[in-house]
Amino acid sequence: MPLPPESLIKMYRAMLRIRRFEEQIWEVYTSGLMHGLAHLYIGEEAVAVGVCSALRDDDFITSTHRGHGHCVAKGGNLEAMMAEVMGRVTGHCRGKGGSMHIADMSVGILGANGIVGGGFGIATGAALSAKQRGTDQVAVCFFGDGASNQGIFFEVMNFAAIWNLPVIYVCENNHYGEYTPTGNVTAGKSIADRSKPFGIPSTTVDGSDAIAVHEATAEAVARARKGEGATLIECDTYRHKGHHVGDPGEDYRPQEERDAWMARDPIQILRQKLMDDNLASEAELDGEVREVEKEMENALEAAKAASYPEVSEVNQHVYA
Amino acid sequence: MSTPEKEMTFGEAVKEAIAEEIRRDPTVFLMGEDVGKAGTVFKVLTGLHDEFGDDRIIDTPIAEAGLVGLGVGAALTGSRPIVDVMFGDFITLAMDQIVNQAAKLRYMSGGQATVPITIRTTMGAGRSSAAQHSQSLHAWLAHIPGLKVVIPSTPADAKGLFKSAVRDDNPVVIFEDKMMYALKGMVPEDDYTIPFGQADIKREGDDVTLIATSSMVHVALEAANALADQGISAEVVDPRTIVPLDGETLIESVVKTTRAVIIDEGHKSFGITGEIASLVYNGAFDYIDAPIVRLGAMDVPVPFSKPLEDATIPTAENVIKAVQEMKIR
Repeated sequence: MPLPPESLIKMYRAMLRIRRFEEQIWEVYTSGLMHGLAHLYIGEEAVAVGVCSALRDDDFITSTHRGHGHCVAKGGNLEAMMAEVMGRVTGHCRGKGGSMHIADMSVGILGANGIVGGGFGIATGAALSAKQRGTDQVAVCFFGDGASNQGIFFEVMNFAAIWNLPVIYVCENNHYGEYTPTGNVTAGKSIADRSKPFGIPSTTVDGSDAIAVHEATAEAVARARKGEGATLIECDTYRHKGHHVGDPGEDYRPQEERDAWMARDPIQILRQKLMDDNLASEAELDGEVREVEKEMENALEAAKAASYPEVSEVNQHVYA
Repeated sequence: MSTPEKEMTFGEAVKEAIAEEIRRDPTVFLMGEDVGKAGTVFKVLTGLHDEFGDDRIIDTPIAEAGLVGLGVGAALTGSRPIVDVMFGDFITLAMDQIVNQAAKLRYMSGGQATVPITIRTTMGAGRSSAAQHSQSLHAWLAHIPGLKVVIPSTPADAKGLFKSAVRDDNPVVIFEDKMMYALKGMVPEDDYTIPFGQADIKREGDDVTLIATSSMVHVALEAANALADQGISAEVVDPRTIVPLDGETLIESVVKTTRAVIIDEGHKSFGITGEIASLVYNGAFDYIDAPIVRLGAMDVPVPFSKPLEDATIPTAENVIKAVQEMKIR
């Protein structure tokens, strides 16, 4: 069933939000307002938005170190996210998590994770819990090509298969595990193939095409809600920036490769589609851009104005 | 005490606690290797699967990282799982899930996340099971903020503490000494819990305090009996939970007796006994009449051969000798 125009425009806006959020992070980071690590999602927006547009608010996701995009797409609050990465008390996690640990339980964001593959157990457990509690919620585990070599990936696929759990494993294959080409350290033809021995259906989609990602996810969600079990979706994607702010991402990735991927910018692809199908005019889409810029500017200003946590909070939230 | 009591083994007490909690709360379930019809390799849970079925007593693959990881995810999203890790040695396979995930999710999320998971596992040498099935690794977990660590020594304590663990909103790891499963004791018949962080004085005395955990409580009690024959009155104090630790009761006892021996089956170095000794020195410094003695497992992997294995575990003789060297009388 084709997506209605308003859904596509919503997806376009969500992708713009992620892009602008990350561009602001770059600015904030390089101007010294943010500390620590920042792994930018620019170039991969179609994956987070394609997936999360097929989910409900009460569905769960686990995210990764490159997680801002997932959190924006799942409904994280932009102000609270910006404040969190800047270590402010108004952040989602009161400044205790930072960029790599943004969580918003109210919209099912079970947390970004600093451990590569750290979401596998949590997402599969959330799916188990949904089954135990008799709901039709589903859980999505975002992970990278690097995490596909962690042993627990195979453990959880086995659990998901034997118990028919409503979990969707979404691999963002951006072709580099940090600085190492995925192919150099990853056996087999595709990561999607890795679920086959478990009887878990899998598919590979163009991770620059938000609609394709959405359709693959919607199918997986429908199966999961009906009690038909897990799915693995491998999204072919690319990060426009380096591994983190501070890595230009150039010396280990060939120029032609980077140029080819930049030319297939996921936001441009959806924008072109909306215009080609006469679903939105250029002026309308430009209006979206301006609105998102304004929204993000407000979020940034609010975060900048927010306080750091009182030091007295340091030993709060260790125990419930 | 007017509460009626019945005699049961340590293993039966654990089973009864689990059964009562599963009956009480529909979000509680237990999963682990061989927990179903097999009733665990130690046969401690025999019969639970018959009562609760596949949905509440769940056999899992031998995959400890995944097993504990699923437990963490389920706990985060409205369930209250009990995860059974057969041997304490195997928690090493799940350390990322316990240390980086379960222990930190609440803190990292600024208090949003709640992770009410109970991990039950075993400890203790003495079964000729060699180095990978005999370790007592509770100190590892006690080192990690965000976890609670429970280490019961009697059937009554095991039941009351286990029920508190299941009801606790934090990740709790409960270490059961597998050598104690057949140990008998009186257990209250009513629905009781034992709060964490309350040490229990297992025997009152005036001359020396024996602070002991898990099966070492029984070693200490045996030593206290023998010392009584020599005219030395030993007090035996069991912390019952390592995190939170009831330092106050331990210190009060040493202030009274002025001497202490600390006995724990974890390795002596960098372990529980060192932590407690430091706490007691600081809290009772002006009252202490003899250097505090620490007795732990020898700092070697647990050997297989019986005479070698026996040599690694603290005994009542070790405790008696340590007290005699304090020259109380």
